[in-house]
Amino acid sequence: MRRITRPIAIAGVAALTLGMAACSGDGDTADPGTDGGAGGDCSAYEAYGDLEGTEVSVYTAIVAPEADPYIESFKAFEECTGATIKYEGDKAFAEQISVRVQGGNAPDIAFVPQPGMVQTLVATGEAVEAPADTVSNVDEFFSEDWKNYGSVDGTLYAAPLGASVKSLVWYSPADFADNGYEVPETWDDMMSLTDQIAQDHGEDGLTKPWCVGFGDGAATGWVGTDWIEDTLLRTAGGDVYDQWVAHEIPFNDPQVVEAFNTAGEILTNDDYVNGGLGDSKTISTTAFPDAGLQILDGTCFLHRQASFYAGMWGEGVEVGPEGDVWAFYLPATNPEEAKPVTGGGDFALAFDDRPEVQAFQTFLASDTWANERARVSTAGGAVSANSGLDTELLANEVDKLSVEMLQDEKAVFRFDGSDLMPSAVGAGSFWTAMVDWVGGASAEDVTKSVEDTWPTS
Amino acid sequence: MLDKFGQMFLAIGVLVAVVVVLLLLASLARGRNGDRLRALFFVGPTVLLVAVGLIYPTVLTIIKSFRGPAGTGAFGFDNYVTIFTREALRSSIVNTAIWVLLVPLLAIAIGLLYAIIVDRTPIESFAKTLIFLPMAISMVGASVIWKFVYEYKPTQADQIGLLNQIIKMFGGETRQFLVESPWNNFFLIVVMIWIQAGFAMTVLSAAIKAIPDEIIEAARIDGASGWALFWQITLPSIRASLIMVVTTIAIAALKVFDIVRTMTGGNWDTSVIANDFYSASFTQGQPGLGSALAVLLFVLVAPIIVYNVRQLREAS
Repeated sequence: MRRITRPIAIAGVAALTLGMAACSGDGDTADPGTDGGAGGDCSAYEAYGDLEGTEVSVYTAIVAPEADPYIESFKAFEECTGATIKYEGDKAFAEQISVRVQGGNAPDIAFVPQPGMVQTLVATGEAVEAPADTVSNVDEFFSEDWKNYGSVDGTLYAAPLGASVKSLVWYSPADFADNGYEVPETWDDMMSLTDQIAQDHGEDGLTKPWCVGFGDGAATGWVGTDWIEDTLLRTAGGDVYDQWVAHEIPFNDPQVVEAFNTAGEILTNDDYVNGGLGDSKTISTTAFPDAGLQILDGTCFLHRQASFYAGMWGEGVEVGPEGDVWAFYLPATNPEEAKPVTGGGDFALAFDDRPEVQAFQTFLASDTWANERARVSTAGGAVSANSGLDTELLANEVDKLSVEMLQDEKAVFRFDGSDLMPSAVGAGSFWTAMVDWVGGASAEDVTKSVEDTWPTS
Repeated sequence: MLDKFGQMFLAIGVLVAVVVVLLLLASLARGRNGDRLRALFFVGPTVLLVAVGLIYPTVLTIIKSFRGPAGTGAFGFDNYVTIFTREALRSSIVNTAIWVLLVPLLAIAIGLLYAIIVDRTPIESFAKTLIFLPMAISMVGASVIWKFVYEYKPTQADQIGLLNQIIKMFGGETRQFLVESPWNNFFLIVVMIWIQAGFAMTVLSAAIKAIPDEIIEAARIDGASGWALFWQITLPSIRASLIMVVTTIAIAALKVFDIVRTMTGGNWDTSVIANDFYSASFTQGQPGLGSALAVLLFVLVAPIIVYNVRQLREAS
């Protein structure tokens, strides 16, 4: 079946892309010849040299319609260098990539959506180190955190591409203005704001400062793991976080228990949760897409959820600083020192060192590509930790906020820890632990139960 | 779409061709051992397919269960030790036991009572249709419906859930039916009973109708009525059907998965063995542990099936 559908899918992508190019051409008053590239200006691409007649294959998990802006963003590179980028999106990327690599059928470049997978693929011995030009681009445009996630044993293999952030708190600017509340700058500010809201609005027994939902069918609990990761990164810092994820310290290390208790000041406090939904026990029964919606009817003021939640508010709800709902950065305990951000991202890993592959790798790590992708991604989503990315090019406010958080000098970026843990924990006991915890179990007990299930081999 | 149908027809064509060839070969078998040879041609493919599709994977699963949690590594009893020592898994075993005891018992009690009450009343067929309807709904569909029935909102808020709305109407505090352990298990079991009672009722009702009128009349003349008639005449007469229904529902309850997965995902101490087996094998990357749970489930189901087969043999 796959053999039949794949070329059709690619043809579909190609047709869509051509369609899009045609559309943007219609709307543009400029000379059609300059359309689809960097305004016909190839000066930014001179460094990549003449690659006429060469081809670079790219294999990714991103399929249409999300793939369209990617393909579009490679156009200028193709026109200016003469190289052809052969884009192949496959939903089964995660399983297929190792099959292809081990079968000697590796793509030139794979967009790997997880640092753990970069490690696995490099371990096969088939991946090649990033060339010097790529390394210097990464050094110039990305933070140390990001470089580390693309490196194995200190050697950079995969340059970071896109990114997404999780450390956001959603709120209603209008409700805040009506009550004279201000966006908190530190964790302590946030806690006093929480207390203030509870005092101002708590008398009806229904309105609470925070609304939280862990519910997601059999995956119930993952929202809670995000809470703990965000809190631990704030209370204990990046090094402890890395040790915790790699199991160099036990899962129930006192510092982790402390993070549970810090988050618990909100999550297990019936005065602070669960706005419009009941007490702390309702957290695990509330489906995560519904949890924040109480902000719209005023029974809840704060909702911590990743940037994707911008798409969950429903029709007619405007998302933005002046809109119905907006988000602020989940404050750091000490923002002077560090501004922790949790999230995800993908990386470009090469399996060949032909000059055109290296040139394309370097291009992907450049500010040119980050900006080009932002320019063509009219539906948004072109978030990157690339410091050369011009936020003005981004399509929406959430993307801008995300990039500002990532580009902040004090930003400490860490990947979603539960995704990096063995799935027996990260997709099993850690989730259950969160459900038991908001159900009334102690932080000591639930962290111990996770530690006991950590695979030994 | 066309593709799929093309493949389907191709598969049917191949099947027909294979059957025709087998029949031809069977018809060619002659001589002293002709009968045996013919039998081999008919039974052979079935035995082969069962061996490849059922016995081989079963053996693989059993082997896997005796290795490490990932299904690899040295031989050992680690997975079985885990099942009986990890608290969450132990509670799953207890929950499964509760399901196996309560579901057949209550489904049959309700089905039988219902069958007797509506027997030979004017509304019999309508009443039977009513209780049989849930059988037509998939387990997942039923679970979604009941999840709405149990839906919780704070007492002050507008209610979505039927049960909590009723509680609120009588001035009570709304409850989280699916969270409060151990009662949440019973609220899940109700869903299965809701589905299975119709099945029990249909089979038992047919069995009751099959009791010859002469026997009942004779018992009446002997002075039996009410309870005595039920215990001495009706129950013994429908014994075979009763056992069939009990074992069928018990096996379904042992393997329950859809209801738990859909309604609670196994959280709040409602997990059962089949749910843990699925999670371990397919989301938590521990196929070894999953296999051990599957073997445990198999061991628990086997005696019921053996008993069922024996009863069938006796009956015929």
